[in-house]
Amino acid sequence: MGKKPMTLAEKILTQKVGKEYVEPGELVEVPVDLTLANDITGPLAIKVFESTGINEVFDPEKIALVMDHFTPNKDIKSAEQVRICREFARKHKITHYYEGGACGIEHALLPELGLVVPGDIVIGADSHTCTYGALGAFATGVGSTDLAGAWLTGKTWFKVPETIKFVYYGTLKPWVTGKDLILYTIGDIGVDGALYKAMEFTGEVIEKLSMSDRFAMCNMAIEAGGKVGLIAPDKKTLAFVKKHSNRTPLVLKPDKKANYLEIREYDVSKIDPVVALPHLPSNVKPVKDLPKIYIDQVVIGSCTNGRLEDLIIAAKILKGKKINPNVRCIIIPATPKIYKEALKKGLIEIFIESGAIVSPPTCGPCLGGHMGILAKGEKAVATTNRNFVGRMGHPESEVYLASPAVAAASAVLGYIATPEELGL
Amino acid sequence: MNNIKGKAWKFGDNIDTDVIIPARYLNTTDPQELAKHCMEDADPEFSKKVKPGDIIVAGKNFGCGSSREHAPIAIKACGISCVIAESFARIFYRNAFNTGLLILECPEASKDIETGDELEVYPEEGKIVNLTKNKTYTTKPLPQFMKEILEDGGLIPHIMKRLKQG
Repeated sequence: MGKKPMTLAEKILTQKVGKEYVEPGELVEVPVDLTLANDITGPLAIKVFESTGINEVFDPEKIALVMDHFTPNKDIKSAEQVRICREFARKHKITHYYEGGACGIEHALLPELGLVVPGDIVIGADSHTCTYGALGAFATGVGSTDLAGAWLTGKTWFKVPETIKFVYYGTLKPWVTGKDLILYTIGDIGVDGALYKAMEFTGEVIEKLSMSDRFAMCNMAIEAGGKVGLIAPDKKTLAFVKKHSNRTPLVLKPDKKANYLEIREYDVSKIDPVVALPHLPSNVKPVKDLPKIYIDQVVIGSCTNGRLEDLIIAAKILKGKKINPNVRCIIIPATPKIYKEALKKGLIEIFIESGAIVSPPTCGPCLGGHMGILAKGEKAVATTNRNFVGRMGHPESEVYLASPAVAAASAVLGYIATPEELGL
Repeated sequence: MNNIKGKAWKFGDNIDTDVIIPARYLNTTDPQELAKHCMEDADPEFSKKVKPGDIIVAGKNFGCGSSREHAPIAIKACGISCVIAESFARIFYRNAFNTGLLILECPEASKDIETGDELEVYPEEGKIVNLTKNKTYTTKPLPQFMKEILEDGGLIPHIMKRLKQG
């Protein structure tokens, strides 16, 4: 048809605006397939929405309200915030309202419930909404006002981003995961290395990664400033979608001759397990190059690494071992379904036997909310996504970002280490 | 848009939303409550020291991190009239316009201005005057679409205007 070659981000937006093509820098208005907010950003979006005097949301089936951040409610104010969301959900008959035992961490929960499929446009009042790029959805974080705007009109606007392509080739070393690949990439390009840009992850290594690893990579696109992190749908994506959703995916692939701002290639056989040292996700070093950094806490969970595959890796390392007596190890299955499957597989028993704490699904400690706050001077290894000053508690505490493998090994040894130091 | 006069408060690169307003205070949406903790983990006394009209000047990637709109709300509610930075993180950029906080990209001003400098900002002209250093900086012009949102008083009034126009 002689059409203009396009990147994946351009292709999705083109389909949605119903044009022949879109170009970077162009402003487009697109219908949204799903909008989401949580117990922190939801109340603000509701306040903005209600200020308009309009009494009807665009589509109660395309709004997800997930009460995952400060829940189970940590204090009275948090309980009030959840109540605002609950009452709004009841009033507007919002189909996808989740709290209590139905609730999980939003970016693990919504794909699991089949609410996002390839080709979707998703905006969420949560910066890690870019996670769904692993399904080939154009998904990005917005503020509460942008979200309320979409509740009014069913649409939102974007500036079409330029795309940077990241190609991963070679053979992964033992214990190197999607988390290591994305941390390595952010370390390479910096926390604003993809500012306003679409990141397209591709190559033979990405094809072999589990969906869990792919979600972890796209989840952290925002940590490089990216607007979206995208992986073109393949057999694995479609198998995941078929298992979880009744909706028909819109399978789009980038064109070979698409115009990329930049193409970066990584030989993964040179990448070791890494950590991001305080206080930026780009402050990345191989674990083997670190001095002995003794730690006080380990957190395995979050929208980055709280999926079943992540827990399986942690259990492989913790099986038959004990958490170091100087360390508190908190493990958080991201959704009730993941929790149940971990239970069936015997993972929860392994965790408890090892001396770890198993928490109900919550974002809790990742953002210094609750369920594992750090004291002054304490250090934590976390499988979460941010290590900013004060992120998990006291402004003088420190967070080291790592994969579930490094986190679990560090929990046993008491200092930042790879599983190889345990002879694994 | 009104012109602005105020004293500069200088910060570095990558000022993230956890520094602007730590998550531990996000159990409310009350602007005045949020304002009390603005920039707390960078400068615990910030909200007490800042005077109405003052200006935050920072390096690159200001507002990186979470999508919390509480960040521009806290900045605005503690009296800050404008944020000048070398560059802004994209979600913060949208949130600032949507909530009516004036932000300007100006690498030269970002490098040159120091805490305590007296500044005058002329948003329409894209001009920042440093009275202390006797210098003038030119900012990147606002994109037309963002200007329309600001002129309508934020995203929601902009949408409401368009809805009324059908």
